[in-house]
Amino acid sequence: MQAIEFKNVSFSYGDGDSRKEVLKDFSLTIKKGSFVALLGRNGSGKSTCAKLINGLLIPTSGTVTVFGMDTKDKSNLFEIRKRAGMVFQNPDNQQIASIVEDDVAFGPENIGVPRKEIKERIDYALSVTGTEEFRHSEVARLSGGQKQRVAIAGAIALLPEILILDESTSMLDPKGRKEVMEVVRTLNREKGMTVIDITHYMDEAVEADEICIMDNGVITAQGTPNQVFAQKELIAKCGLELPVSAKIAEKLKSAGLPLPEGILTKEALSDKLCELLRKI
Amino acid sequence: MLSEVTFGQYYPSKSFVHRLDPRVKILLLIAYIVMIFTAQNFLGLIASLLFLSLTIIFSGVPIGSVLKSIKAILFLVIFTAILNILFYSPKQGDTHLFWVVYVEGLISAGFLALRLISLVMGSSILTLTTTPVSLTDGIESLLSPLKLVKFPVHDLALIMSIALRSIPTLANETERIINAQKARGADFDSGNIIKKAKALVPVLIPLLISAFRRGDELGDAMDARCYSGSKVRTKYKKLTLSVRDLIAFLVTVVAFAGVILLNIYELNVLAYFAKIWG
Repeated sequence: MQAIEFKNVSFSYGDGDSRKEVLKDFSLTIKKGSFVALLGRNGSGKSTCAKLINGLLIPTSGTVTVFGMDTKDKSNLFEIRKRAGMVFQNPDNQQIASIVEDDVAFGPENIGVPRKEIKERIDYALSVTGTEEFRHSEVARLSGGQKQRVAIAGAIALLPEILILDESTSMLDPKGRKEVMEVVRTLNREKGMTVIDITHYMDEAVEADEICIMDNGVITAQGTPNQVFAQKELIAKCGLELPVSAKIAEKLKSAGLPLPEGILTKEALSDKLCELLRKI
Repeated sequence: MLSEVTFGQYYPSKSFVHRLDPRVKILLLIAYIVMIFTAQNFLGLIASLLFLSLTIIFSGVPIGSVLKSIKAILFLVIFTAILNILFYSPKQGDTHLFWVVYVEGLISAGFLALRLISLVMGSSILTLTTTPVSLTDGIESLLSPLKLVKFPVHDLALIMSIALRSIPTLANETERIINAQKARGADFDSGNIIKKAKALVPVLIPLLISAFRRGDELGDAMDARCYSGSKVRTKYKKLTLSVRDLIAFLVTVVAFAGVILLNIYELNVLAYFAKIWG
């Protein structure tokens, strides 16, 4: 069974003249255990996608299913939200309690987990996200990256199989972004969690198994990072840019360096450059 | 910095009083207030003040912080004391000083002032030694019997704790908006009080709008974490009573009994002291 399936989904806000169609006949399948990055400029409909997955929004037409459960059916929502955790954009607008430990406990408390098990879940969530040292701290005193890691801990405490990041790194500094992405990578590779990362940082998207580019409510490109970033014109047309390393590689190539195609990461670029140096 | 303003006046420490169960502290505070109003004479009041001093010593809170709480009600204390002196209705055998002032009037005013001051000092011990979070937990637990009459205790506690946790966020936001308005040439510091209040309108409106937006997002975040009211909810933090709480309870009972005894045997006690000192 697929983790998430969008089938001919349309979604629009408002009525009459102010009606705005955000998604148009959108179909997408996300495999269990995969790491998918959803890219697109502001207003392309990517955040709407995230909210459709866990039933915060319900499609105007078409169906969204999570592990075969339709989000339209209200009786499924509890189970869907338990299995698909979500981390939002603003670290300050998603914590409920003042103290880290209490905030992480909020999810398990909601689904009626017994006290002893809540403690185990908090231990687990804090250790996976590397936030044990803040356990008794006030959330307000943490940095942005630390707050988002606590938010991830809050989502993981429900032991979900899917983690949705709705521009979770967009309000963070580079250091915070790195912290959060390290945690997400661990969850995907070591715990087999399905990750859907909605972002507009290309360097973040490069780490995904699959990239979907959205524009105007439809998918314009889909595939591995190499396949997608090879379509340079399309990327520019969708209001996006290539990852920094890819851009540098382009410049070096046009300056005459014999670099191969498909360099997307810092590591790949330095490897290829070292290879060239050795040949000289 | 606004963001450094923490709510309340909590004084961090790990003292005996700090580690008491918040429910016990709230109940003992109520007992203490009743004790102050039970005391009918200075001896009883002095006894309850002794009890208060004992609490302050075991709380490790510097006496200055406790006395600071009096500052806020100083005006009220002086005002009621003056009213008491002016409107004292003299009885047979009272000593007249001048105009409407009697010695007994002065004494009763002093008694009332002392009562008010010990009341406020006692309450400030509670807020100085208990974090707002555990105070909320304590109140929720104490109110839980009201669940029987369908009173939404859990929702009330959740609202209180979200309000508490929003204070630093909103304080930060206020500071940002003030700076943004200052950068546009707003003037918050000059003019009379009405002008200053008017200058705050362009701060409050964006603050209110952003609070709504935050509330909306927080609602989504709560939904995403399976919040569905208090139906199936369990609670992670459980308040547990310990020997410490029993000791605090017993000490309070002794103090209360002392105050009642002093009410009854005031004259005997006075006579006893008179005999000792000849």
